[in-house]
Amino acid sequence: MINFQDVSNNYNGYQALINVTFKIVPQEFVSIVGRSGAGKSTIVKLLIGEEKPTNGRVTFGHYDVGKLKSGQLPQLRRHIGTIFQDFKLLPTKNVYENVAFALEVAGKPEKEISDFVREVLDLVDLGSKSKNFIRELSGGEKQRVAIARAMVNRPDVVVADEPTGNLDPFNASAIINLLTKINELGTTIILTSHNKDIVNQMGRRVIILENGRIVSDEEKGKYSVL
Amino acid sequence: MATLTVMLLALIVFSSLIIFNVVATSALDSIQEKIDISVYFKTNAPEDEVLRIKRSLEELEEVKSVEYISRDKALEMFKERHLEDATITQAVDELGENPLSASLNIKADDPSKYSLIASYLEHNTLDEYVEKVSYAQNQVVIDRLASIINISRRAGLFLTIILAIVAILVVFNTILLAIYSNREGIEIMRLVGASNMFIRGPYIVEGLIYGIVSAILSMAVILPVIYFISPYLKVFIPSMDLAGYFMDNIFTLFSYQLLFGVGIGIISSLIAIRRYLKA
Repeated sequence: MINFQDVSNNYNGYQALINVTFKIVPQEFVSIVGRSGAGKSTIVKLLIGEEKPTNGRVTFGHYDVGKLKSGQLPQLRRHIGTIFQDFKLLPTKNVYENVAFALEVAGKPEKEISDFVREVLDLVDLGSKSKNFIRELSGGEKQRVAIARAMVNRPDVVVADEPTGNLDPFNASAIINLLTKINELGTTIILTSHNKDIVNQMGRRVIILENGRIVSDEEKGKYSVL
Repeated sequence: MATLTVMLLALIVFSSLIIFNVVATSALDSIQEKIDISVYFKTNAPEDEVLRIKRSLEELEEVKSVEYISRDKALEMFKERHLEDATITQAVDELGENPLSASLNIKADDPSKYSLIASYLEHNTLDEYVEKVSYAQNQVVIDRLASIINISRRAGLFLTIILAIVAILVVFNTILLAIYSNREGIEIMRLVGASNMFIRGPYIVEGLIYGIVSAILSMAVILPVIYFISPYLKVFIPSMDLAGYFMDNIFTLFSYQLLFGVGIGIISSLIAIRRYLKA
């Protein structure tokens, strides 16, 4: 489903990724780990078309991501749910509206929006807080809203870029459990993290990056900081 | 507020340019209507010679009409004009003979053809009979007026272009600021798969509203000014009814303004949002 083939990425002379090659199949749960600056976020940006590879090819299903034009990217992004460390929620909207927004921009009818949003808010256990504004929520709850928004389009894959970076261990663990549950329901998960405890407790596939290169790619891998 | 003011100024100058064009064209037409070439003959010029010259002029392609005013007719007209001035009437009577000369008033099909007619009159040795040709004096005035109108038109067009550029820059910066303050919202829209049109929409509408509001305000400013200057203008150009022209063409003028204002608004917002939609 996702294929990075000899991908390199260059920012003003700095090599963020060097000849990176990997494949991710449907329903996999893959952790991409490494220190800050190792190239984890660059992989996320390349996958959602935020960046174009300097060399190599990134494909997602039938999309050749690096060759998509600006007007074609929205279609791709409706297949990929994204979750970020800083939540990226709209403070002027309440929980329901933040989640519904992802369907509104896709032009979905009101009834469908209402049904899907309620369903996904129940999944993340925020049904009772649908009318709360973002400022009224804890960090863990904000991240669950972001997960709900990522899931509401029923994407093929959810990309979580350091989703536990701003959370305490209890909430971090709750978010990982929620992502695992979503994966078990059939959605592919790509998790980037530099938190070895979280990655190691899952016992899933781990890709380790160092200075823009893949140094390890193992099923049930372990991440140990050198 | 600053955005609306600059757009309003640009629109007022744009409308003034349109109105100036109408007034200038009307003034030029009105003056050109009065142009003719008058050939005044010496008092001893035989009438059949004058009529021969008249016929030869009528054969020219450029000539629309030639009016012959005989010495007697000229005297009659002179007396009529000074009917109430006893001194002049008495003076003419005391002269005992007609002091006025016969003349030909020549009108051309096109004002630009007068120079050809004048050159015809110069190149046909008519000095023996002709006292003077009045064309040259008129031409200086007409050329000068045409030149002033032309320069004013260019200056107005230049000012409109400059103000339109200023208006585009100001609207561009206003919308850029609005985009910057909502950059996180735009980033989220892009992440959840909003189309470029969905993101652009509100900013294009903002530019559109600036255009519509400034076009309405500009009409509200221009209308009283037109009504104020119209009677004064009529004194100089009797055939010109500016207020009437304005009211007859109010929808066309408003459409031009709307097109100009909305064009500036939309172009500015499209340029401003473009850089945020590149990735």
